[in-house]
Amino acid sequence: MNTQLLSQLIKKEFLLEFRQKSTLAGILVYIVATVFISALCFKKVIQPAVWNALFWVIFMFITVNVSSKSFMQETKGKGLYNYLYYNARTFILSKIIYNMLLMAALSMLTFFFYSWFVGSMVQDFGMFLLALLFSSSAFSGVLSLMSAIASKANNNISLMAILSFPVLMPLLLVSVKLSKHAIDGLAWSVSYKYLLILIMLNIVVVALATLLFNYLWKE
Amino acid sequence: MIKWWKIAAVILILYTLVWGMLAPVPKLNILYETIRNLFYHVPIWFAMIFQMGYSVVFAIRHLSKNDLRSDIISNQAAQTGLFFALPGLLTGCMWAKFTWGTWWTFEDPKLNGVAIAILIYLAYFILRSSIDDELKRARIAAVYNIFAFVMMFVFIMILPRLTDSLHPGNGGNPAFGKYDLDNDMRMVFYPAVIGWVLLSLWILDVKKRLAILTHKKNEE
Repeated sequence: MNTQLLSQLIKKEFLLEFRQKSTLAGILVYIVATVFISALCFKKVIQPAVWNALFWVIFMFITVNVSSKSFMQETKGKGLYNYLYYNARTFILSKIIYNMLLMAALSMLTFFFYSWFVGSMVQDFGMFLLALLFSSSAFSGVLSLMSAIASKANNNISLMAILSFPVLMPLLLVSVKLSKHAIDGLAWSVSYKYLLILIMLNIVVVALATLLFNYLWKE
Repeated sequence: MIKWWKIAAVILILYTLVWGMLAPVPKLNILYETIRNLFYHVPIWFAMIFQMGYSVVFAIRHLSKNDLRSDIISNQAAQTGLFFALPGLLTGCMWAKFTWGTWWTFEDPKLNGVAIAILIYLAYFILRSSIDDELKRARIAAVYNIFAFVMMFVFIMILPRLTDSLHPGNGGNPAFGKYDLDNDMRMVFYPAVIGWVLLSLWILDVKKRLAILTHKKNEE
């Protein structure tokens, strides 16, 4: 695997994203609108558990929406070109890393708007941000592969949700647990094992995705 | 032709169904006679996990050999596994009603894990039905199968060990531990596991042959 090629591919993804500003702007509007709707519906969230659950549900829908398009723009011709010039591992890794960076930024934004509109309850910010960071990277690992699968199956958007929700569930539950600890301001000695699971899941997900994508790729 | 292991499956299951009700069991608090569910509920889950593992093995085989036969077997094994989830759930719910006082609880990682396993396999069948081309479907379904199985494994096997669970076998609740499973129970439990796994293999055998024949007929 070629690191130079990898960084070039990631750069290409960013270039494409910023050249087509409408999709990025669309995501931002999506985030603000979703958070605003939940702020209007809930008025004031008093219970930390509800605050936490609402945040992660919003987060999950945003990540699925954002990453569902990561393979949809790959047309048949483009796919053939990529297939000839890059190897599968480099290609999927570039997608995953790009998605990780994008998702990390978007999750921070979501958190920012969410604490602005709905109010923040987090006591341990460091822990919460760590939970957010590692779960968004694991999410993007899962969702990149799921997006690739969905794109092979006639680009069906609802299929993306059907495929990825059950697979995301273990990840989501660990992140919810960890962030609940951060909200309650529990000691690190209590929550470090959840952080460890999250990191371990990251490794498992990325390894599996890079291994399996090879088989998805050949037509 | 009737093979010996099919007869063995019938005999073992009949034996454990009857003797499971009659065998002497230790009297434990809260559990009392419901401990007999160990002879029915647990072996059925074993059969389900066995079938899903079978399905994954053939998914991997398909990816390495690229033959449609492995894909058909993988699909049929997943169906058989899902079929076994139903009695597993029913017996589990009945047991929960009489010991925990509720049919279902969302607090428990094992129960959630099972619900998610069922969702995953339903998604797997939806994925299969949405692709027309046979070879493409086989490959993509195999990829999803492997990925989903690993995630499910993490969910069912690893997470419950880290969080508190009411389910037997976790957090000091009685289950397989050395205190509970005495020799009388072993005489029923182990044959029950073997019997149900053999039965699941039998069902798979019939389904597999039918699916391969249907496939051959469609090709002509």
